[in-house]
Amino acid sequence: MKVLMKGNEALSEAAIRAGATLYFGYPITPQNEVGEYMSRRLPTIPGGAYIQAETEVASINMVYGATSTGRRAMTSSSSPGISLMMEGISYCAGAELPAVIVSIMRGGPGLGNINPEQADYFQAVKGGGHGSYRMVVLAPSSVQEMADLTVLAFDLADQYRNPVMVAADGNLGQMMEPVELAESYPNRFDHSSWALTGAKGREGHTITSIYLEADEMEAYIHKLYAKYAEIEQKETRHEEYLTEDAEVVIVAYGIVSRVVRSAVEQLREEGIKAGMVRPITLWPFPKAALHRLASQAKFFLSCEMSMGQMVEDVMLSVDGLRPVYFYGRSGGNVPTPAEVVAEVRKRM
Amino acid sequence: MQKVFERPKSLNEKAFHYCPGCGHGIVHRMIAEAIDELGLQERTVLISPVGCSVFAYWYFTTDNVQAAHGRAPAVGTGLKRANPNSIVISYQGDGDLASSGTAEIIHAAARGENFTVVFINNAIYGMTGGQMAPTTLVGQTSSTSPYGRDPKFAGHPIHVSEMLATLKAPRYIERTATNNVTNLTRTKRAIKKALDLQNKGEGFTFVEVLCTCPTNWGMDPNEAVDWMESSLMPEYPLGVFRDVTKPEVK
Repeated sequence: MKVLMKGNEALSEAAIRAGATLYFGYPITPQNEVGEYMSRRLPTIPGGAYIQAETEVASINMVYGATSTGRRAMTSSSSPGISLMMEGISYCAGAELPAVIVSIMRGGPGLGNINPEQADYFQAVKGGGHGSYRMVVLAPSSVQEMADLTVLAFDLADQYRNPVMVAADGNLGQMMEPVELAESYPNRFDHSSWALTGAKGREGHTITSIYLEADEMEAYIHKLYAKYAEIEQKETRHEEYLTEDAEVVIVAYGIVSRVVRSAVEQLREEGIKAGMVRPITLWPFPKAALHRLASQAKFFLSCEMSMGQMVEDVMLSVDGLRPVYFYGRSGGNVPTPAEVVAEVRKRM
Repeated sequence: MQKVFERPKSLNEKAFHYCPGCGHGIVHRMIAEAIDELGLQERTVLISPVGCSVFAYWYFTTDNVQAAHGRAPAVGTGLKRANPNSIVISYQGDGDLASSGTAEIIHAAARGENFTVVFINNAIYGMTGGQMAPTTLVGQTSSTSPYGRDPKFAGHPIHVSEMLATLKAPRYIERTATNNVTNLTRTKRAIKKALDLQNKGEGFTFVEVLCTCPTNWGMDPNEAVDWMESSLMPEYPLGVFRDVTKPEVK
């Protein structure tokens, strides 16, 4: 049965139904509905816990501790708060902990504003925290996907013992759409080989990320990167819309992809063969799909609510075979289909 | 032959990496003895901090987790809330707890998190090479206070036990020292009491232990004990700062 829900609430309920009954977070707009929802629901669930942490620094470290026990746990925040979590996310990656972080992106830099943006793409995809690590980044484009990709985030985190971020712009957090949720989502992962459950009848387990010797550290980083290579191979997800014969390929994710879908339809009506690639995983990025389309497309256009961040990954994917252009809005402005159509016409 | 003294079950056979005269090894052993005596080894998770004791997990046969600098009380909160049956010990030094991690320790204490913090105060940063700590005494020289800590621009030492004792939630807070056998016995008793209270679900427990750091104080171990008694202990008086029986919930 479909119910009408806000994106922030849909992802919260989906997380709970996926067994993530431990939530740690700090208030920040535009994601407050997540913490508020969790504070209502979790105390009524056996084994559930909600804590309003003192800072986002503490939130992510509470997730670090909670996931160390093998249980599903999450935090959520928005841009300035996600900045504060970067240390902890690096530690989660270094210690191979299945943390799930929801990032509801707002305007920046600095305090910015509480309007939607996609300007934290670099932060999510290119590191943000210190050291050689990768985080899986999922980009929903509807309230339904806010729920579905949050469930997927827990599965991928558990499968690969790696932090996973659900990165959505403020629109997706705030808007309401019909959404269908399963009664529960199975958790089929067994973490007993490493989780900190007490050294009863076994050797003590240790969770750490420090390796003093250069060779030891390098070997560990290589092990992490072998895992990342496997994730790139198996978990890259994207959607293509009218790309079969596309001569113009527009790349967009999140709420912008819905604008671009309308723009593609308008361009088609005008006789311009446009199509869209929508990355669902921002990391791993759908490089192969874009590279393949470079053989048929005249040019690519990356559309974002930023001053141009994903466009760099589009360029890397296209690898100089075709021109890659950029169109973006900032400060909380969402590109309109007319703006995107005009931008394409300009390049024809 | 009757065995009257042995290595605690909670410690493995590895030799400590700490400097001669350092307090960490002694306190590690006392924690291990307390865990053993209370029968908690199979349920304990020890949190290693950032600092000289970053490798505390090398020595304990319990489950172990290493935390980011200062964040151990937040990590402990997550561990304990996820598994309330576990016994969580957050082992932290003064740079870690009283500087980088002030927010985390104060709020874990204010929430009354049911775990135990063992706070090693030696008034200096150890692992990074003897820099000024928030606990460094006025006038004390360090690698970043080469003319002595000047309160005009570097302020005064932070008294963590006293500060936490102003909060309502903590169950038990005591400061002890490692300078002589009497105080070592008190330290062991305090740690054991804290763990016992945690095991009974009574709330946040905190044991601050004044320790020597001969290497970074530039002293031999004997001089370091003398300096602890003449300088550190007057600034940081020993004693129980909070020991409240939880009022019954009506």
